[in-house]
Amino acid sequence: MSYAITIGPRRYRFDNLKTLLARATPERSGDQLAGIAASSAEERVAARMCLADLPLATFLQELLIPYEQDEVSRLIIDSHDTAAFAAIAHLTVGGFRDWLLSDAANPATLAAIAPGVTPEMAAAVSKLMRNQDLVLVAKKCRVITRFRNTQGLPGHMGVRLQPNHPTDDARGIAAAMLDGLLYGAGDAVIGINPASDSPEAIHTMLAMMDDVRQRYAIPTQSCVLTHVTSTLELINRGAPVDLVFQSVAGTEQANSGFGINLALLQEACDAARALQRGSVGNNVMYFETGQGSALSAGAHWGVDQQTCEVRAYAVARHFQPLLVNTVVGFIGPEYLYNGRQIIRAGLEDHFCGKLLGLPMGCDICYTNHAEADQDDMDTLLTLLGTAGIHFIIGVPGADDIMLGYQSTSFHDALYLRELLGLKRAPEFEDWLESMTITRGGRLQAQNGQPPLLGLMEAVA
Amino acid sequence: MKPLPFPTVAAAGDSITEDNWHELSRHTVARIALGRVGSSLPTRETLRFALAHAQARDAVHTPLDAQTLAATLLAAGHQVIHVHSAASSRAEYLQRPDRGRRLHPVSRTALLAAAGAPCDVLFVIGDGLSSRAVASHAAALIAAICPLLQAQQLSIGPVVIASEARVALGDEIGECLQATLVVMLIGERPGLSSPDSMGIYLTSAPRVGRMDSERNCISNVRPEGLPYPLAAYKLNWLIRAARQQGSGVALKDGSAAEPGWQALQQQLASAG
Repeated sequence: MSYAITIGPRRYRFDNLKTLLARATPERSGDQLAGIAASSAEERVAARMCLADLPLATFLQELLIPYEQDEVSRLIIDSHDTAAFAAIAHLTVGGFRDWLLSDAANPATLAAIAPGVTPEMAAAVSKLMRNQDLVLVAKKCRVITRFRNTQGLPGHMGVRLQPNHPTDDARGIAAAMLDGLLYGAGDAVIGINPASDSPEAIHTMLAMMDDVRQRYAIPTQSCVLTHVTSTLELINRGAPVDLVFQSVAGTEQANSGFGINLALLQEACDAARALQRGSVGNNVMYFETGQGSALSAGAHWGVDQQTCEVRAYAVARHFQPLLVNTVVGFIGPEYLYNGRQIIRAGLEDHFCGKLLGLPMGCDICYTNHAEADQDDMDTLLTLLGTAGIHFIIGVPGADDIMLGYQSTSFHDALYLRELLGLKRAPEFEDWLESMTITRGGRLQAQNGQPPLLGLMEAVA
Repeated sequence: MKPLPFPTVAAAGDSITEDNWHELSRHTVARIALGRVGSSLPTRETLRFALAHAQARDAVHTPLDAQTLAATLLAAGHQVIHVHSAASSRAEYLQRPDRGRRLHPVSRTALLAAAGAPCDVLFVIGDGLSSRAVASHAAALIAAICPLLQAQQLSIGPVVIASEARVALGDEIGECLQATLVVMLIGERPGLSSPDSMGIYLTSAPRVGRMDSERNCISNVRPEGLPYPLAAYKLNWLIRAARQQGSGVALKDGSAAEPGWQALQQQLASAG
């Protein structure tokens, strides 16, 4: 089915739904690279006007990627909750935006409709929303998840401690871990991106983090961000696996490029749940995503990169994850060119994830060949803080020496806590107080021997 | 990375809460124990970080000084040709990787006109994401590898300097000049502590459309990473192997297992 609108002397025609969405999406280099972006500013707004009048139900009838050829499409359609959708079934995309911003949309009603919202509906409405709309509506969404602590309570924000080291050196990792814990970071997860993919090396890292956690009774969870098949193997070998990590994308073909499918994720999720390692809950999955992944795998079906991204959230949602992280600026300027595009993408991803009911965090980050800098990251950090971000990343000094990009620092998290009064997960905050790392939520100056220093001996 | 002196900025002030776990810095180059002012970074670290980022940005955006590089190569006895990719600006280069992989039509015509006899090995120097990397290291690496190749009676083509180049641009250049092997020396994406890291990509039977899985790569070539003599040794090993079985993922780099490599490593260690 095609869509059309006339503006003054010009008539704009969009051949199908995915073309309409692509033309309506805010300007970004990845869609231009794919040759699907609007060719003028007016065409972009024309597409948005056309999209605004489209009934939400259209997305249940006209699929962007064929049901028969894509298991993500099948998941979206087969798991759609018609009863939850009933409350918004009468709305157009434009009407949905109005409803989301109205007083009728509150934490309870938003949670009630979430299972009825498909990724395409979320992506479509986000294209009609300004940045302030994305912040305000995301702030109204409540998503709470638990493993060894409680993430997502109103007024709270978690931090993933990311103590990476270029050669996985145990003492190098431990030093960064200690630095992060003494800066009050690590409640969302202590998660290492390994340089090695050897199961033995990963087992050693898991054991090291688990020893430290048990030694100091830290109410948090650990993770080595390796491929799901490696984690499954390690679970079978008896390694101390808290969370299963995997990068996911929004099409079956792109996931296949990652070497995964839904059945494999289910197997890993089941295996981790069966370990029953969580103390206050059993959300065991940690997913990472990012706009542009489907395009870079040549698996985007002509669908714009933001819509592909939200389809990845449907994959994540199916497994009730503890954490979902959009690694927004990592992919590079051919997908998100500059600070402006990265900021917009971060806000879209957070909003769409929360609207679908996900515990959405963001790796607020950039590479040195993107037109972005620390000031852009400060802007996105502050906006996501006000939008109620589930968690952010903490890397010593924002400089990831293993992955070679800039993320957010432990100091950045402290800034946001001070500015907005955001608290850590309550169980973790209690632990920090008991270790005299914080008092009343604020870091204490460490005079004399800092706590946790024995951690270094444990790994020596 | 060495700590930077700040002659005009006070090293510490009363406002700074210092971290008393500095000594852990010997285990990692990560930016730990930075201290804080309230919740924020002290001035000294804000500037140290800004400088590292500035150097990385300059490495990406400074155009390659092809003339100076060409003069060095000419003085070393090489014939030099300068070409340009189809990306007409750095902004276009960054947003359209496809254009950085193909020659500008004018360059293609000029290259075909300049083509002489086929050669065994062709060097292409591409700016990539760090012009600083190749400006600093490319000529030195070529000087280190050429004697090893000449000892095997391999013919070496003219050195091609390519602006706004991606790795795959070497395929089209190698095809135009009928090279058996193309060696692309290219600036890698700069990190905060490595703004001048050079990569080397080896491709057998270069032609447009080669896939990345058909290449072999040596990365982080620079004095603080993989020094020139070791990089040249490794490249020579890969060239010899690629002449037998072709380049690509099936060719596993076995150079480090050789006695020659270990001897060279020891020699460098005792010299350094």
